[in-house]
Amino acid sequence: MEPHPSAAREHAHPSPALYLRVALVLFTLTALEVGCYEIARRPDAPLHQVVYQLMVPILLILSAAKFALVAMFYMHLKQDSRIYSGLFVFPLIIAGVLIAALIALFAYLKLVYG
Amino acid sequence: MAHDTTHAMPVETSTGLDTRKLAIWTFIGSECLFFATLISNYLVYKGKSLVGPLPHAESQCMLHGQMTTCEPIFEIPLVTFGTAVLLFSSFFVVMALNGAQRGNRKQLITWLSATVLGGMFFVGMQVYEFTHFYHKGLGFTTNLFGSTFYTLTGFHGTHVTVGVIWLATMLVLSIRGKVPPEKALNLELAALYWHFVDVVWIVIFPVVYLMR
Amino acid sequence: MATTAMGHAGTHAHAQKTGLWSWITTVDHKRIGILYGVTAFLFFLLGGLEALLLRWQLGAPDRTFLSPEVYNQLFTMHGTTMIFLGVMPLSAMFFNYFIPLQIGARDVAFPRLNAFSYWVFLFGGLLLNSSFLINAAPNAGWFGYANLTSTQYSPGLNVDFWIIGLQILGIASLAAAVNFFTTVVNLRAPGMKLMRMPMFVWMSFITQVLLLLAFPVITVALVLLMFDRQFGSHFFVPSGGGDPVLWQHLFWIFGHPEVYILILPAFGIVSEVLPVFSRKPLFGYAAMVFSGAFIAFLGFGVWSHHMFSTGMGPIADTVFSLATMLIAIPTGVKIFNWIGTVWGGSLQMKTPMYFALGFIAMFIIGGLSGVMHASPPADLQQTDSYFIVAHFHYVLFGGSIFALTAGAYYWFPKMSGRMLDETLGKIHFWLMFIGFNLTFAPMHILGLNGMPRRVYTYSAESGFTFWNQVETAGSLILGFSFLIFAWNLVRSLRRGPVAPADPWNGATLEWSIPSPPQEWNFAEEPRVDSRDAFWEMKRVRGGTMPEPPHVSGQGIHLPNPSYWPVVTALGILMFFVGLLLHVHVPTVLAGGALTLFSILSWAFEPTGH
Repeated sequence: MEPHPSAAREHAHPSPALYLRVALVLFTLTALEVGCYEIARRPDAPLHQVVYQLMVPILLILSAAKFALVAMFYMHLKQDSRIYSGLFVFPLIIAGVLIAALIALFAYLKLVYG
Repeated sequence: MAHDTTHAMPVETSTGLDTRKLAIWTFIGSECLFFATLISNYLVYKGKSLVGPLPHAESQCMLHGQMTTCEPIFEIPLVTFGTAVLLFSSFFVVMALNGAQRGNRKQLITWLSATVLGGMFFVGMQVYEFTHFYHKGLGFTTNLFGSTFYTLTGFHGTHVTVGVIWLATMLVLSIRGKVPPEKALNLELAALYWHFVDVVWIVIFPVVYLMR
Repeated sequence: MATTAMGHAGTHAHAQKTGLWSWITTVDHKRIGILYGVTAFLFFLLGGLEALLLRWQLGAPDRTFLSPEVYNQLFTMHGTTMIFLGVMPLSAMFFNYFIPLQIGARDVAFPRLNAFSYWVFLFGGLLLNSSFLINAAPNAGWFGYANLTSTQYSPGLNVDFWIIGLQILGIASLAAAVNFFTTVVNLRAPGMKLMRMPMFVWMSFITQVLLLLAFPVITVALVLLMFDRQFGSHFFVPSGGGDPVLWQHLFWIFGHPEVYILILPAFGIVSEVLPVFSRKPLFGYAAMVFSGAFIAFLGFGVWSHHMFSTGMGPIADTVFSLATMLIAIPTGVKIFNWIGTVWGGSLQMKTPMYFALGFIAMFIIGGLSGVMHASPPADLQQTDSYFIVAHFHYVLFGGSIFALTAGAYYWFPKMSGRMLDETLGKIHFWLMFIGFNLTFAPMHILGLNGMPRRVYTYSAESGFTFWNQVETAGSLILGFSFLIFAWNLVRSLRRGPVAPADPWNGATLEWSIPSPPQEWNFAEEPRVDSRDAFWEMKRVRGGTMPEPPHVSGQGIHLPNPSYWPVVTALGILMFFVGLLLHVHVPTVLAGGALTLFSILSWAFEPTGH
């Protein structure tokens, strides 16, 4: 592999303004997560039924969005070499499969097969 | 400016990437599995505690040898505030890094101080939370919830503490003028670790505190 | 003039220092490799001695040579030692010595971290074995199943030694994995694209990925077990709601990738030796790379094939069974490609080749019994019987050890500057081959006839006597073969013939520099244009290269030696000893403080970074 002189890797870093916008979005998403939680625990709240049923997917999606924002903009994965993203995403996939497998083995399958 | 000033070392590497930055990402990848195992441990035992206290409101649970109504032990407002502080500390550190890259020493020191304070506040919040739970009857060995909760959040808190020490060290160096733009990568390495610790909490917060 | 990828500011290279202190502070990957090799070989002999004691006890029915308690300690330590203190660090010897050389680098990415890994390994191994001194060696199997490992059933310090020892060793492995991973990614010589790397580097690289992903899981499992034992939690204790089977899952999620960690470097070594001694390039290079990666990836999805008897239900059993059988495919690809390499080659029947060919045969046998275990109904008979013991010894000894031995004979000239004796080598091979098969082949029969694992004796009426006697005799031959090897090593180091740079007409870059290499490895950074880079360099020059000259090393910068790696390792040792002593807080805090102080000193030590 030809060695790459480091100067070739030039990417504009996000501006402080963008960092602030990301922070505000993160804050909003967190507020939504907590809002979701509050609606789910109050039977008389509006949209209670829907939110209660879809609690897990909603929270997973919201937290995944926060995760992605921090990874892409604060950890600079969006601007940086894709090698770094690969180093992060591959273990995350294995991690996700691990969690899913253990839940399946202990919760779901236990329920069905005892 | 277009020039990437964090690539401080004039080294020719096979990928053109800095070896230390590569190493910290490799380490972070490994740590994903560490926390995944702890999170799995929490989820596998969720709802399986034989006695209370329990995290969320339940109609009944076994407390002190009798079935009684169960008050939830979690205090969501406090944890939410701590979560927000940790999230904002990621914002603070990336502002500090921006200052380092541009040679703006004042920006670097101000935002890095805010990061360290934010981290310390988060740890303090956790210590308070743990003490509070302990007084309400949730010891480490009281039930599976206590064991898995304290282990997961305790290890996370330990990682935050290590991050605080690392960032505080960078702060001291910054004050002494030892973090010029050519050395901004040193701060970026610490910041990446810090963001990772934040990202783990982004998963823990809903999974542990909000999901029933 | 060395490009900066190759060197760092530091001492100007000069004649390498000698003396104990120079070894304690070394950051040279070659010296660290030798440290690993010597230490690991000694631990390996210790593990072998443990095995011989076990075999003696089983040499006759109702023997009372070893009490059941001692027997349990010996088989636990035999397994733990062979895996963590034998095979893994022997592989590490080769990673350390040859990855930088084969990619054309001056050292690994983080030389001090490299030294640190060695010292942590040494201290972990010593701590683990120090348990023998107080008759408290680990005794619950190398896999430590819960809840045998609970304080209720294992009240002494034995299991605590095991937990702490493995945690320390885990740190060494993780640090080394980060190091070698970044080294392979970033420190390759110009022109050394990934698909031009030697196969040993590829397999070792994949091994590092496995280490990085698997060790965190066992770290957590051991922490949970430690909490159960030290603090009274119930992670694996049924009376508190815990599930002992969770331990098995967590352990084997680590444990299965671990066995690929043990075999992939061996695959890599064989893929180096066969082409050189067949005078033919490796058959199907790309297929070898991808099959290795596929094996590693799939290796994460088969762990519960160790748990077919725990009642997971038909869906889980089927999924894991299918995945396990699937792994046979990429493995088969490798075996056919090795055969394809040798086929039609001009075979040089030297000792390394004997061991490499022996590896293929023995590993096939081990693989066949492995595929038999993949069927859950069949495994219900085989599990926990000697049939399993036969399988894993065929793949780990017939596989890893044969391959590591091939590597030793192959690379000894480069590392020492001397040739090993061929006659002694061949005697070693045949004694090892015969002894190995006499010891482990009958275990297939005994296992299917019902002899369980981990029993300290058997009755005369069981019908197990004859084969056990054969196995014990075989183990003595096997043990003796290692004495021949040790004798060959010692004798050759002292008065073996001087080795040239390239005694075997090698294909890879390590053969292009003197034997042993000078401290800075390459006088000039190599420029690579193809696979089998050194063969290509020789071909371009009409078939041979002159003996490389020794150069003065003027202007080549190398990293400074440092004592912070060993001091940090001591801090970590102290921290963990504190945990071992029922969480003796002052010791834990002192260890933590020393570690922190040492890390900071390390970070601020002037090296030019």
